[in-house]
Amino acid sequence: MDSLVATYSRPAFENEGYSSDEQQELVQAMPSLSLSFSLPPMRNPSAFLRALTDDHANPQCPIKLAHGTTTLAFRFQGGIIVATDSRASAGNWIASQTVKKVIEINNCLLGTMAGGAADCQYWLAYLGIQCRLHELRHKRRISVAAASKILSNLVYSYKGMGLSMGTMCAGVTPQEGPALYYIDSEGTRLAGNLFCVGSGQTFAYGVLDAEYHYNLTEKEALELGSRSILAATHRDAFSGGFINLYHVKEDGWVKHGFRDTNPIFWKTKLEKGEFSNVTANL
Amino acid sequence: MASLLSSNPTLASNPSYSFSQAPQNAAAGNREHAFYPYTDNGGSTLGITGNDFAILAGDTRSTSGYSINTRYSPKVFRIGGDDETGEGAHIILSVVGYAADGTALKERLNAIVKMYKYQHGKRMSVKACAQRLATILYGKRFFPYYVTAILGGLDEDGKGALYSYDPVGSYEREQCRAAGAAASLIMPFLDNQVNFKNQYSPGSGVGHDLEARQVTPLPFHEVEQLVRDAFTSATERHIEVGDGLQMLVITKDGIEEKYFPLKRD
Repeated sequence: MDSLVATYSRPAFENEGYSSDEQQELVQAMPSLSLSFSLPPMRNPSAFLRALTDDHANPQCPIKLAHGTTTLAFRFQGGIIVATDSRASAGNWIASQTVKKVIEINNCLLGTMAGGAADCQYWLAYLGIQCRLHELRHKRRISVAAASKILSNLVYSYKGMGLSMGTMCAGVTPQEGPALYYIDSEGTRLAGNLFCVGSGQTFAYGVLDAEYHYNLTEKEALELGSRSILAATHRDAFSGGFINLYHVKEDGWVKHGFRDTNPIFWKTKLEKGEFSNVTANL
Repeated sequence: MASLLSSNPTLASNPSYSFSQAPQNAAAGNREHAFYPYTDNGGSTLGITGNDFAILAGDTRSTSGYSINTRYSPKVFRIGGDDETGEGAHIILSVVGYAADGTALKERLNAIVKMYKYQHGKRMSVKACAQRLATILYGKRFFPYYVTAILGGLDEDGKGALYSYDPVGSYEREQCRAAGAAASLIMPFLDNQVNFKNQYSPGSGVGHDLEARQVTPLPFHEVEQLVRDAFTSATERHIEVGDGLQMLVITKDGIEEKYFPLKRD
């Protein structure tokens, strides 16, 4: 009887403490190169995650992640303009008004951030690593097409796990010229001249489509990028804060400021007479 | 006895989970069993930086639901110290949310910062530590640490540095940040008093010509008073905040710990 019990029972505290693998991982000063993510101990991890974090399916979710955005990028004769707002919201709470949604992958490649803030930050940093490794291995810079494909293949391998990102990769390389790609966590990867991404994308498209043509001067293009984001911050509650403007040229990108929307809005209204739906009386 | 308890719906039938989707009785009377590894232990934390210092503060109450578990459970920790007292540390971390995850995260970061020192023979910079904390948090992207972390220290130029995180590791360097239960009460106050949001220079113009007040780094004694005011006010209006205020101040001379009592009701 005792031997039977011993065969089918285990000591109560067998799994207490950390295994040697776990201990190794805990004290590693460098993150491991292989991507290993811990999963909840259950059959359907993504459903668990969705119940706890996804605020569309579950507005009362306890873990609120940063969301909501307007980002845009377009190609024109002088390169690529990239512009974003800077608001991050968690439910109705504005978690930050100063998010940097343009991620500098290297000195001639930019990524934009829409959807989960952590997903975009982490995977675009990962993309930066892969681009640098490509450069070291092949002795030339990676093309934008290849960089965007690394990212799209990566997020596709996590499809259904709850990643949420809509990103654009903009860069100029000798073989491609100015190149712009849209990648999202569903696995979509598109090349194009003009994209707007995020909750405020429709408002930005409205302004951008009306005024856009390929032969814009640099000054006009920067102004159009800024004005399209301004329109989105005005009509989309989940967008706002500051306007982050970048211009990608042959010899790398140039930053054109991180400027508060409020003074820009009043300047646009009072000096150009736009936004006539808003009264200027105090 | 049942009638006595039933006035408090959380105590009557369930353990005091503070989540609305904690195990509930289904309409048919069947009990739903699910995997709920998290509890919200309440409380709030706050960090502000100045020119040559960083302050991290947190109240010391720990709750679950409407019960107070303890009146002294620190939320702010020293990272990378030489012994268990944290002596010799050069980074500070605050965690708020689920206390068990917070402790696990603190100990993991602490081990990593110490190992870095042993392996490289130098202290980990705050910038490197901030990036490493982000990858730790993201490593549990599919089973998150239910915590909001703030990391403080001095940067390469000796200036106060503060990094704030979401539960899965998106991070940003900021001047000030409130986190936890009373973040929505404290953060607007900080925007106004630290970053001078919606403040204008008197006499600089009329109406649309008014100029915004110039942002300048605040001296230490003013920042300390702001932190204390933020917590006394949050204690008045939030049930999960109170009991005590623990503060870690990091300057070039090291880390100083302060404690001030808060209302205990």
